[in-house]
Amino acid sequence: MSYFRAHVLVCAGTPCMLKGAGAVKDALCREMERAGLQEEIRVVETGCLGPCDDGPVIVVYPEGVMYSKLKPEDMSRIVQQHLLKGRVVEELVYRPEKGKTKPVVSLEDQGYLDRQYRVVLRNCGRIDPDSIEEYIANGGYEALGKALTGMTPEQVVETVKASGLRGRGGAGFPTGLKWSFTAPITADQKYIICNADEGEPGTFKDRLILEGDPHSVIEAMAIAGYAVGADKGIIYIRGEYHLSIERLQRAAARAREMGLLGKDIFGTGFNFDVEIRTGAGAYVCGEETALIESLEGKRGEPRLKPPYPGVAGLWGKPTVVNNVETLANIPPIILKGAEWFRSIGTERTPGTKVFTMLGDIANQGLIEVPMGITLREVIYGVGGGIPNGRGFKLAQTGGTSGGCLPKEFLDLPMDYDTLAEAGSALGSGALLVIDDSHCIVDVLRSFMKFFQHESCGQCTPCREGTYRLYELFSALADGKAGQDVVKLIKELSQAMQLSSLCGLGQSAPNGVVTALKYFEDEILRHAAGECPAGVCRALTTASRAV
Amino acid sequence: MKSLEELAKIRDEARKMMEIRDGESGEKTKIVVGMGTCGIAAGARETMGAVLEELEKRNLDNVLVTQTGCMGLCEQEPILEVEIPGQPRISYGKVTAEKARQIVARHVVNGNIIGEWVINR
Repeated sequence: MSYFRAHVLVCAGTPCMLKGAGAVKDALCREMERAGLQEEIRVVETGCLGPCDDGPVIVVYPEGVMYSKLKPEDMSRIVQQHLLKGRVVEELVYRPEKGKTKPVVSLEDQGYLDRQYRVVLRNCGRIDPDSIEEYIANGGYEALGKALTGMTPEQVVETVKASGLRGRGGAGFPTGLKWSFTAPITADQKYIICNADEGEPGTFKDRLILEGDPHSVIEAMAIAGYAVGADKGIIYIRGEYHLSIERLQRAAARAREMGLLGKDIFGTGFNFDVEIRTGAGAYVCGEETALIESLEGKRGEPRLKPPYPGVAGLWGKPTVVNNVETLANIPPIILKGAEWFRSIGTERTPGTKVFTMLGDIANQGLIEVPMGITLREVIYGVGGGIPNGRGFKLAQTGGTSGGCLPKEFLDLPMDYDTLAEAGSALGSGALLVIDDSHCIVDVLRSFMKFFQHESCGQCTPCREGTYRLYELFSALADGKAGQDVVKLIKELSQAMQLSSLCGLGQSAPNGVVTALKYFEDEILRHAAGECPAGVCRALTTASRAV
Repeated sequence: MKSLEELAKIRDEARKMMEIRDGESGEKTKIVVGMGTCGIAAGARETMGAVLEELEKRNLDNVLVTQTGCMGLCEQEPILEVEIPGQPRISYGKVTAEKARQIVARHVVNGNIIGEWVINR
């Protein structure tokens, strides 16, 4: 073991990598070598630190100084001044509140992290995701050890049940209850599937969790396997998530080497291993039964339920399907107990939620906050408000299948139930903020374009409904729709919600239904040939004059 | 992995390497090396290297090593400061690599301040 007086953590999450974190790291290493510091200071690649819009970011320890928006040519200054002489390079320090002249120097002083509560992202941006040792150093695999050596499978299920953890993939189904359906069934084979087919537009939390802390999900799957009696886990992940896939593969290989996967784990006779399977890019495969069909080599189309996967899933065997974020909550719950988990968040939805903030918001990126936080706190607090002096128009929670909430809902405490009551959904945690320069019809048209493309085509309400909705909104935007169109949209949306086979068709009209409620006037004015926001080109004065 | 004890052993080993990321906590001994241009010219880089080597050799993990800029005492560089929790900060002047090793051994490990090299206390 060599002694390093400082650690430089370079964010190597996909958003930072796309902004050139690779070149920044290379420049850093080159400059450090020039200054002869490579033996004194350790450079570590880590998972997402959060402020994705301000990438590439690095953190220098022990001071905990975060630098943002780095370019390779900045690294010489950071090495020469900070790493060599101990002088913080102030103009490169991350400023969460834009325009604030005084930079915040240590990570702990940054309001950005103050307002957050990190359970799922406990290791993200803190450890090297490729090092199982660093994961273990932060308490990794202790929960698995505790469950295997000190708890019965029933106790594990009970603990998760008592914690009130609900599925973070979007539906919010109680996780412990899901496990309790599968656990008592006698079967020659059961499966744990980790649903990492994150397809909701604007959602990239599962990707960053897997990139930043792959072991947390692997450990949780083994715990789930012990709880329900499964010895095989499958991670079904989007094929485009190259970095997540690589890190997962390396993590699983290391866990196998150390005997944390495989046979006789912790000398208890419990066997468990995971396999990584990639999806081919169909949105509908995020629906658990379509995912299972895809795993079986068939077309990714949802199954009729019941039977539910918990009873008859993959190859007809009892199968637990859990989302990445849901699983990442499991080890801390086992270690710290259900009571601790219930102390965070709200009564009906304990715990935290990871959000990906995007759209017209100053601090785009990845955050984790307690459930029950209001939209206002997220948007104007952690999110840093709406840039360019524009006003808030709407927030879409839960991704493209969520509802559009106007400013009356800014103070709504967010959890699964309150958002469902408002006609939206907490969903997967995408938070799209739209400012007042946008037109609701234009926004909905683009949502519908997505759904008509992604509908799998199996059932008529969804296949035809999404297509017709797209047509109707196009007609509105092009000034070719009459007043009766709004009535038609309402009827069609309702029919889709009630009669579609799976969640895709049932939730596709959510945005439309809420918009009809809260932005009806703006939509009706389109039918009358006017676009108040001046976005729909066919309806602007200039084009009408021609 | 055969037991929780085995896991705990790996955890404690790895923990040591990551302590630095806990930031500056009050329980750690702090060694500060003056690393202004004056310090570097007087050999502070070698001093720093010697400190790190000595810490590694002695497997001391409860020590935080940082640098600071010019303190206005350029003729005394390289300057090295030791701050043990609960004790006043001691500054040593003209700390060569050899002196740095001794400071680690005698002051940091054994708690004996080396009076004749002290320039401020």
